Amino acid sequence: MSKKPVQKKEPETTGHEWDGIQEFNNPLPRWWVWVFYLTIIWALWYSIAYPAWPMIKGATSGYLGFSTRANVAEDIQKFVDMNATLETEMAAADLATLEPGSGLHNYAIQSGAATFTTWCSQCHGSGAAGAVGYPNLLDNDWLWGGDVETIATTIRHGIRSEDDDDTRYSEMPAFGDDYLEAEEITNVVAYVMSLSGGEADAAMADAGAVVFADNCTACHMEDGTGDREQGAPNLTDALWLYGDSKEEITAIVSEGPFGVMPAWSAKLSTSQINAVAAYVHQLGGGE
Amino acid sequence: MWDYLKLVVFGLIAVLAAIAASYARDVAYMVHAILVTMIAGGLFVYSLKRVGEPKAEKIGYLDGPIRIGVFLTAFWGAVGFLVGTFIAFQLAFPELNFTWLEGYGNFGRLRPLHTSAVIFAFGGTGLVTSSMYVVQRTSGARLWNDQLAWFVFWGYQIFILLAATGYLMGVTQSKEYAEPEWYVDLWLTVVWVGYLLLFLGTLMKRKEPHIYVANWFYLSFIVTIAMLHVVNNLALPVSIFGSKSVQLFSGVQDAMTQWWYGHNAVGFFLTAGFLGMMYYFVPKQAERPVFSYKLSIIHFWALIFLYIWAGPHHLHYTALPDWASTLGMVFSIVLWMPSWGGMINGLMTLSGAWDKLRTDPIIRMMVISIGFYGMSTFEGPMMSIRAVNSLSHYTDWTIGHVHSGALGWNGMITFGMLYFLTPKLWNRAGLYSLRLVSWHFWLATIGIILYAASMWVTGIMEGLMWREVDAQGFLVNSFADTVGAKFPMYVVRGTGGLLFLSGALIMCYNLWMTVKRSPAAEASTDAAAAPAE
Repeated sequence: MSKKPVQKKEPETTGHEWDGIQEFNNPLPRWWVWVFYLTIIWALWYSIAYPAWPMIKGATSGYLGFSTRANVAEDIQKFVDMNATLETEMAAADLATLEPGSGLHNYAIQSGAATFTTWCSQCHGSGAAGAVGYPNLLDNDWLWGGDVETIATTIRHGIRSEDDDDTRYSEMPAFGDDYLEAEEITNVVAYVMSLSGGEADAAMADAGAVVFADNCTACHMEDGTGDREQGAPNLTDALWLYGDSKEEITAIVSEGPFGVMPAWSAKLSTSQINAVAAYVHQLGGGE
Repeated sequence: MWDYLKLVVFGLIAVLAAIAASYARDVAYMVHAILVTMIAGGLFVYSLKRVGEPKAEKIGYLDGPIRIGVFLTAFWGAVGFLVGTFIAFQLAFPELNFTWLEGYGNFGRLRPLHTSAVIFAFGGTGLVTSSMYVVQRTSGARLWNDQLAWFVFWGYQIFILLAATGYLMGVTQSKEYAEPEWYVDLWLTVVWVGYLLLFLGTLMKRKEPHIYVANWFYLSFIVTIAMLHVVNNLALPVSIFGSKSVQLFSGVQDAMTQWWYGHNAVGFFLTAGFLGMMYYFVPKQAERPVFSYKLSIIHFWALIFLYIWAGPHHLHYTALPDWASTLGMVFSIVLWMPSWGGMINGLMTLSGAWDKLRTDPIIRMMVISIGFYGMSTFEGPMMSIRAVNSLSHYTDWTIGHVHSGALGWNGMITFGMLYFLTPKLWNRAGLYSLRLVSWHFWLATIGIILYAASMWVTGIMEGLMWREVDAQGFLVNSFADTVGAKFPMYVVRGTGGLLFLSGALIMCYNLWMTVKRSPAAEASTDAAAAPAE
């Protein structure tokens, strides 16, 4: 379409015909040919400038010295250098005395948020609100403790992690296996629900109180407020990790929960763990 | 003699498949072996009843498989679009992954069902059907061998059946667009060799001195797919009585082989094959000569030479070495003009007949199809550029790109082909309703635009969100944030799919009514051209 010939007459055909189809003997459109040549010339230049042609030993590396791996390494190095001082401080920081509003605290929150987004959000949600079986980190209900040092320990060693000898460990029995009769479980569930003011049959709850006293108080305490040393949840606060319905609580009592969290010291640096602990701590429930 | 040989073969297959079923090591393999037993047994009984019957005389062209092919192409299209629309809504509303369908109807199982139903069932049946029609008409010769033609046609449908039921039962070798396991691959190889022989045999006995350009494209499609299919599916079955196999290649070699295959499935199945379709049906419908013979030669050879090297652009920024990635990108860019050669030849064929756009909705469909072809073959090279790819890769942009090609180019040209063929094959004066074709055209076009536009938006947004870092180099968004942000566009995409699907259903109705209701043509135009044998 580079030039528009004034065409009154139809161009010639090649003289072939297939099932009524003929072909004009038109030349190649000139713009098409030129763009085609241009892309070829560009391709030749590009393949000399960049790594391209495979040889007997390795490929040509191109005169521009381009390498995707080197580029990424350079990008990463730029930020590593930029943050080097803060990273060292972060790794050595005393979390308990980290002043909110200080430069290091701000850095911790930024770095911690990124770490949380990448490694923690899959279970705890990108907004940290948790899900069934995965604790909400925005409220002030903590299984193993909510001060910043304790949070950091939990992150470092994980919960019921097989890879860390210092992991936090406790195990609630599956009371449905030989420990309690079905009726006893029904009753104790009624009692547990009544602890946080939930609706429950009074007679059943009374019977359940006895079952509770005999079987549950070692961990959940006499008054049901739980024990952070053992990761035993507070049953009086109407916050439920595995759901608040009678069916869900019955299932937990019968089968026993066994939530796990990885020991992050294997994957994250000390600085990252400190930062993410500080980040989680300031989300709302930190003590 | 031939009759008895057939009986022996069918009987043997039925018995062997029954033995395989009884030794089966997994359910899917057993179901497939039973299916094969039933099909072979049915064919045995059918052949037994017909032993000794006089052979039907071979007059004119062999159109039997083509008629069934037209029906099945429309059917597979509707199935593929339906599943696609459903999984589009599954992405927007995950609740649609019903628990009662878990293991059969969740997204993971339906996604390969959708891609294969559209590419291999709808596209593949369309290609087999149209190639059989075109090679006979442009060679002035009946298909080389009737029995072989029927074998190729039904053999391909059996491949579709085994592949599709396999996906639902979780049989997959986890290679995109090459999911079927070893025994299905072997079967397709047999069918494909038959297809190649049939096509070559027909070309050999042609009455025309030259081979028409459409046939070059069809032939390159058949030859190259055979090569790609065999190499990419090299695998060792764990057991001859089980569906699982182990790939011969591993690591980056496996990835490179897979995308050499994957890209050329696009190049030779969805591009070369469909260009063959375009080169026949566009000039026929427009009743105009092809724009340029020279262009068709140059762009044909350039296209098939360049396409085969472009695969590495699917693996930018991976374990693939930089040099291979550069070559993939360079060949993709040089491929731009050869691809556009087909677009120019298609569009310019209409010069002197542009007025038909107003009156003929089928031409309109073909034109928009070529338009989408041009757009996709520009977008493709652009996305293969490393810098662009670093933004677009793994995002919905890729999905949008694929669909503007598959819905716009492959879909529309196939619809045009079906609208052209139905009155011809059933000897009707015309289509039942041109108004319905117009409705189909607009529904499909708006559907594609909604689809492509929403995927551009989500794709670019997703790419930008993934790479967003703050001043200190920390990632800003979690993956789930990007998924959440895409929700509105997912609904738009699903709506686009719904429009495209309703257009296709209207087409099915229109074609059916054409066969049932349209008045017969006064004289068969085809019969005059049919060769006497």
